[in-house]
Amino acid sequence: MTMLVHEGQPTLLPRLSASRKRERVERTDGVAPKLRSRGLRAFFGKKEVLKGIDLPVAAREVTAVIGPSGCGKSTWIRCLNRMHELIADARLEGAVELDGRDVYARDVDPVLLRRRIGMVFQKPNPFPTMSIRDNVLAGLRLTGTLARVRPAEVVERALRQAALWDEVKDSLTQPGASLSGGQQQRLCIARTLAVDPEVILMDEPCSALDPIATARIEDLIHALSDRYTIVIVTHNMQQATRVSDSTAFFLMGELVEHAPTNQLFTSPKDRRTEEYITGRFG
Amino acid sequence: MTAATASATSEPSASLGTGAVGDPSGAVEPAVGDEDPRPLTGRAAPWHERVIEIGLFACAGVSVLTTIGIVAVLLGETLQFFGEVSILDFLTDTQWTPLFSDKHFGIWPLLSGTLVTSGVAIAVALPFGLLAAIYLSEIASPRVRSLVKPSLELLAGVPTVVYGYFALVTLTPLLQHVVPGLSGFNALSPGIVMGVMIMPLISSLSEDAIHAVPQSLREASYGLGASKLATIFRVVLPTARSGIAASVTLAASRAIGETMIVAIAAGQQPRLGIDPRQPFETMTAYIVKVSLGDIATGTTEFRTIFAVGSALFVMTLSMNLLAMRLARSFRGAL
Repeated sequence: MTMLVHEGQPTLLPRLSASRKRERVERTDGVAPKLRSRGLRAFFGKKEVLKGIDLPVAAREVTAVIGPSGCGKSTWIRCLNRMHELIADARLEGAVELDGRDVYARDVDPVLLRRRIGMVFQKPNPFPTMSIRDNVLAGLRLTGTLARVRPAEVVERALRQAALWDEVKDSLTQPGASLSGGQQQRLCIARTLAVDPEVILMDEPCSALDPIATARIEDLIHALSDRYTIVIVTHNMQQATRVSDSTAFFLMGELVEHAPTNQLFTSPKDRRTEEYITGRFG
Repeated sequence: MTAATASATSEPSASLGTGAVGDPSGAVEPAVGDEDPRPLTGRAAPWHERVIEIGLFACAGVSVLTTIGIVAVLLGETLQFFGEVSILDFLTDTQWTPLFSDKHFGIWPLLSGTLVTSGVAIAVALPFGLLAAIYLSEIASPRVRSLVKPSLELLAGVPTVVYGYFALVTLTPLLQHVVPGLSGFNALSPGIVMGVMIMPLISSLSEDAIHAVPQSLREASYGLGASKLATIFRVVLPTARSGIAASVTLAASRAIGETMIVAIAAGQQPRLGIDPRQPFETMTAYIVKVSLGDIATGTTEFRTIFAVGSALFVMTLSMNLLAMRLARSFRGAL
């Protein structure tokens, strides 16, 4: 794998050095992807919003999906854990494989699938009737698996992983909605971590947050990628460069380019990618 | 006025030829001594708009004045009643016999009639109405929904006198086969029928509350691997609870004020008790009886209906206020 990063040239990678990036990408070369979408086409009614997406998602890496509004990036991520089909009128063709197994196979229960592929949404959405503690435990309670764990341990572990523990450990019985926007989003991440998923999908998780809260979530995504496979949709290209190992560029329902992040941003192969990342449209 | 505006707007094109080009302000600036063509003072609306506004205000005022009038009459007559009968007797006596020679004025027998019939109605309407609301908003396909919802709402449109006779001549004889010791007049049968009547109220208002729960919370729940039922009962319903409580409170208030069904099918015996198989007289049914009877106006006996009416009014008003509070706290919670 050749990387076209020129020494001394300003890059878009403020936090990760290019060499570390290269190492990580090379390390996973040849390993079977955790998730893979094959010829995925998605529709709303008659409108085709995804026109055959073939895209692997490497295990224990952060894959970013960028593209202008309406390019289908959110739809694609929602197809991965079968949230797309919850919308009336939505239809889908093709396959999504988790560890090589088609999640759209007839015998797969989407409810069980979503326990392995968790999701964090654009707007923080803690359950308003529940305390901080109950929000963290909500997934276990909703899936009837609370009896198998020690709740106090799960709450502390998930909140520590989400870098929220120190801020809320004395107010666990307060309502989840009493937290700030950034804290709420970390609570939602903790809630997702508590059910111990293998993959975490994040659909523009910082778009409703201020820069400081955004930075905290980005650090968190980084730390989590050691254990979890993460797919993040973002319309913020700087964010993609900061958090991801590889980046996929979507345009009008098609995958234009998928490459290691610094390669995509420094030497895109496709003219449309170049035009987008240099801000000529979108 | 209109002519002046027209001439002012036509001025720019006329002045174009006279060398005023390039000075657009000169085109609209009025000549000295002329009336300002776009005045800021005076009235934009012609006088008849004022008249219409006053007329509309008067229409809205009529309903407010009517309410004030009703409350004033109720209050005046009630105060007069309590001048003749001690309010302590009214609230503590356990017998209601104002039309007998041995007069007692305890509200409790009438109150228990109202509470027992309304209680039966809520016991019927709450589970059915709530489950119907859940089905319609979360489960039913749009096609089923478009059929079921209007037919459910039809129930609220049946004249209550029809419900009353249905309770008396159809439901009570049927129930007598099943429920031992059921009187011909009883609280159970009109209670059930009232429950059917208020069910659309609960289902429709609860459905609105359930519908108002943000989709993002359902998605959060599904995203955690929750099933549809777990999502409905542990996320959606708890979030909508105050809206649902508001719908039940409004429905209860409607049941308490319902008159015709209980007047026909519940009987006319003021009785302090809780057994719905017995005949009862509700507050509303008592008012009907006295209004239609040959009690002379201006007597203490006649004024009882104002006292009972005031009590009824206080009950329904406070329940409606409670419902409004609940609905507001529901909107605040979202």
